[in-house]
This record gives sequence, structure tokens and C-alpha cells, in this order.
Amino acid sequence: MQPAAQRRAARRLPWLVTAAALVSCAQAEGPAALPELLSETGLFTPGSVGEIDPLNLPFAPQYPLWSDGASKRRWIRIPQGAAIDARNPDAWQFPEGTRFWKEFSFGRRVETRYMERLADGSFRYATYVWSEDGRDARLASAAGVANVETDGGSAHEVPSESDCRACHEGRRSPVLGFGALQLSPDRDPNAPHRERVTDGSVDMAALAARGLLEGLPDRLLSDPPRIAGRSPRERAALGYLFGNCSGCHNGEGPLAALGLDFDQRVSAPEPPRALRSAVGKLSRFSIPGAEQTLRVAPGEPQASALAFRMGSRFPASRMPPLGTRLVDDEALELVRDWIENDLAEVPNTHGERP
Amino acid sequence: MNARTIAALSLTTLFFVGGAWLLLNRGERAAASTGGATDIPELGMTRVERGKYLVTSVGCDDCHTPLKSGANGPEPDLARRLSGHPDFMKLPPAPAAAGPWMVSAAATLTAWSGPWGTSFTANLTPDPETGLGSWTEQNFVQTIRKRRHMGSGRPLLPPMPAAFYANFSDYDLKAIFAYLQTIPAIKNRVPQPLPPLDGAQ
Repeated sequence: MQPAAQRRAARRLPWLVTAAALVSCAQAEGPAALPELLSETGLFTPGSVGEIDPLNLPFAPQYPLWSDGASKRRWIRIPQGAAIDARNPDAWQFPEGTRFWKEFSFGRRVETRYMERLADGSFRYATYVWSEDGRDARLASAAGVANVETDGGSAHEVPSESDCRACHEGRRSPVLGFGALQLSPDRDPNAPHRERVTDGSVDMAALAARGLLEGLPDRLLSDPPRIAGRSPRERAALGYLFGNCSGCHNGEGPLAALGLDFDQRVSAPEPPRALRSAVGKLSRFSIPGAEQTLRVAPGEPQASALAFRMGSRFPASRMPPLGTRLVDDEALELVRDWIENDLAEVPNTHGERP
Repeated sequence: MNARTIAALSLTTLFFVGGAWLLLNRGERAAASTGGATDIPELGMTRVERGKYLVTSVGCDDCHTPLKSGANGPEPDLARRLSGHPDFMKLPPAPAAAGPWMVSAAATLTAWSGPWGTSFTANLTPDPETGLGSWTEQNFVQTIRKRRHMGSGRPLLPPMPAAFYANFSDYDLKAIFAYLQTIPAIKNRVPQPLPPLDGAQ
């Protein structure tokens, strides 16, 4: 090396060393802290709290989660140039930096939840609580907020980070409402609380057309997935249980040992796991006054733990155990009708443990 | 400034930045050095021994082992150790709370009543059907950590001091679970909690 080049290199060395050390420190500390305001997370165009950034794609799962009647809007942001790995239709893999937002409104915007995939493959969860005047939403404490007033007069509970993880991390993918079945173009017209698909909202076909689903099996586009119910009512009931219960009650997560599986697998739709693991199976829960109770007693909704617990809000009985304070009457009626009318032909294996 | 001086300054910078990084991260490294071992050499205990030490120190037996009447008055029924509220023991409804007396307990100290309803202490033995025998280590850790049954179910109810036990390290929670899996399994199906007398089902 020439003496002049040596001198130049020597002059740069301290900066290079310092920069390398700073990069090392930043990597050791993980991702940057989340912004204090929702308007700084990239959901809106700069300077706005109403106009959605066009890079954020709206979507609506066909079997939405019951949240006490909240109306919801959802968006996904996939980093530019990246795509979802859709080879496994039951567990799409999202690229690093993918972000999701879900807005909850009760008359006015109350809460917007946020998920982001990090470099190490994990997700982080946060939620932003809207000011009453709607000017912006502020990052909530990781402990959540017990009571947020809504325009309807009822109080809404903002979940803790621990509660976010309780629901989202009990399944093969932490992303619950964005997958092949939830975004199938063959939407269920009888799904409880089905949502209108708005202009610009993306489903599986639209994502594929944009080149955002890498490796998606062709058959899923030519024959979009749907739940193989023996009646429209059964299809809707199993879809509701999939959208609302399978986050915890599936065959592979921490509660797999319970043997209750409301999951729906696009890759292996038969045999119906929900029927096999619930109908005629003895529950660990007993309806008060009953010696023993079946999870689902064919033809007898009043004797089925499933319907009883969906209709309860006593903390030790209710299902789901978090995320809602009001019974979902529409879904409860659907499930009761399904138990009473669609399961008469199902063999009753009274007393059999799952 | 000549090249040698600059090189010396560079090394000095590296020393201080590196030293600062090591200092900032020493807590994490210290934790990592103890987290994965199966023994705690400085305590001279195996994981199960550590679990036994914790279970017998933090009062698990107080509520999960029923009391029985004996020659010395109420004493723990060791034949039913840590098996929770006895399933054969049918109780009348708890007395209504009155004035400042908000909480009542059965003589066994395994059934408790208060504003939350009536709760019965759980079977912690490794019986697969009625105890923790079919639980995974993660089910147990998450139950205490998140204060929910199996980590995502119903909230744990009073008088379980879960808010304090949630402060246990993962190592200690795993040690407690490891020990509980070694005690005699007792088949005892504990009743589920009951709502308050004036509450919804």
C-alpha cells in the first residue's frame, strides 16, 4: 500500500472501529423501541390519522374473532420486494418486517393492535389506545388497560402483552386471521359477523396476483379451500370454532394434551378433527348439577359443555377466557342449532375420554 | 498525527467501546451462564432437590394438602399430600360474606369462598387424569407466569398467590414442576370453581 493510502486508511480506522462497535451494540439490544404514537408506525400517510398508507393492504378474514361487537379494520404491510412463503397452506411464513394492524371501533375508534415480525423470526405485540377526540392513539402499557370507555357506554378491555401471546402463540403460526382458509375467495355466506369485503381488500387470489404468495400450490387457486361441513350450518359452525377457538384448541400447541382440536387444515381437510375430538367426548368441565358432561352431546345443546361455556361469562367457566365480556348470541344460537340438528347421526360415544 | 498515533488511538477506542459493551451486557451473560444447567453447583442441589426445597419453603402444602383432625389438632393429611381438595368431601354452599369478613375457608383449607366465588385447590400430584401427569413443563411454567390455567385458560383464583409466584425464575418454576412429578400420584378429581351466590354462571 502507498504511504498516502496508508494514511487515509489510518485516518478512517477509528471511525470504522467505532461504527462497528455501535452496530454491535445495536444488534445486542434488539429492535428499536416502538413509537409512542400510532401515527408514527407507518399505518397512515405522513401527517394523517385517517388516510391509510397505500402500501398497507386491507383484508378481512371470513371467520372473524368475536370482540363484543366491535367493528374492525385490518391491514398488512409486507416489506417492498419481499413475499410470503406460502408453500405450507396451513402456516404461511411472513418475511422479516411484516406488520399487521387491527382497528377496533365501538362507535368511535378505541384501539388499534399491532404485530410485527422481527429479525429472529419472533413477533412483537403492542396496542395503541385512541384519544376520545380521535387525534391519535398512544402506545398502551404492556399490562393493558382494564376499562376504556366507548361511545356505546360499555367498557372495553385492552389486552396485556401477555394476553396477546396467550392467544397468538398457541398455534403453528402467531398470525391467526391471515391464511389460506381465512382469505379463501370461497367465502362462507353464513359465517357469524361476516364482514363486507371492501374495495381494495385483498384475499388469497388478490395476493397471488400481486406476486405476494411465493410457492402457493396452484390447486388452492383453482379450488379455493372451504370447510367440508355436511350442511351450510355445520360449515359455519366449524368455521366459527376455527376462527374463535383454534388459537388454543388445536392439535399441536401447548394445550394439545387436552385432545380438543377445532383447527382446520387446508392441507388435510379430512377427517373433521372438530367432530372427532369434541362430539361425544367427556369434558373435564362439568355443567353445575351434572355428574359428568360431554364436550358436545349430539342433539342436546343444553347438556354440551361447548354451548354452556360459550354462554357463560363467569371467569372460571367462560369461553373464550379472555378478549370478550359479552356473550356472542348470534354464534351461540348457531352452535346450539348445529348441535341439535346436524349431529343426530353422529355416533354417541358417551363417556369416552379424548 | 502520524499513522502509529492513529493506530494507538484506534486501539484505545476499541478498548473503551468494547469494555462498555461488556459492562452493559454482563447481567445477560451472568444469567446465561446459570440458565441452562441442570444443577446449581453453588447450592449443591439437583433440579428436583431445588424443587423440593422451594415447594416445602413457599407454602404449597398449606392449601394443596388437606388438613385432617388428629391427636394434635388439625394437621396435614400426608396420605393425600398435594392432591388438592378431596373429591369425596361435598360441601354445603359457603356462608354469605358479612361486614368486613369477606373470605371463608373449609376446615381442610382446600376450599375457599369470597367475592370471586368458591375455589378448590388443585391436585398437584402427577396423576395423569386428575393431576399434573399429562401437563408439560411449559403448561406449568406458563400457568404461573401468566396466572392462567395452562397459560391461556381461566384466571387462577384466590387464595393462590400467583402474582408473587410469577416472580419465580424459569429455572425455579421448572424445578418445582420437576419435583411435583416425583411425588406419589393420587387420583382426585377436584371440583371446578363455583360462581358467587349472586353471580352469573
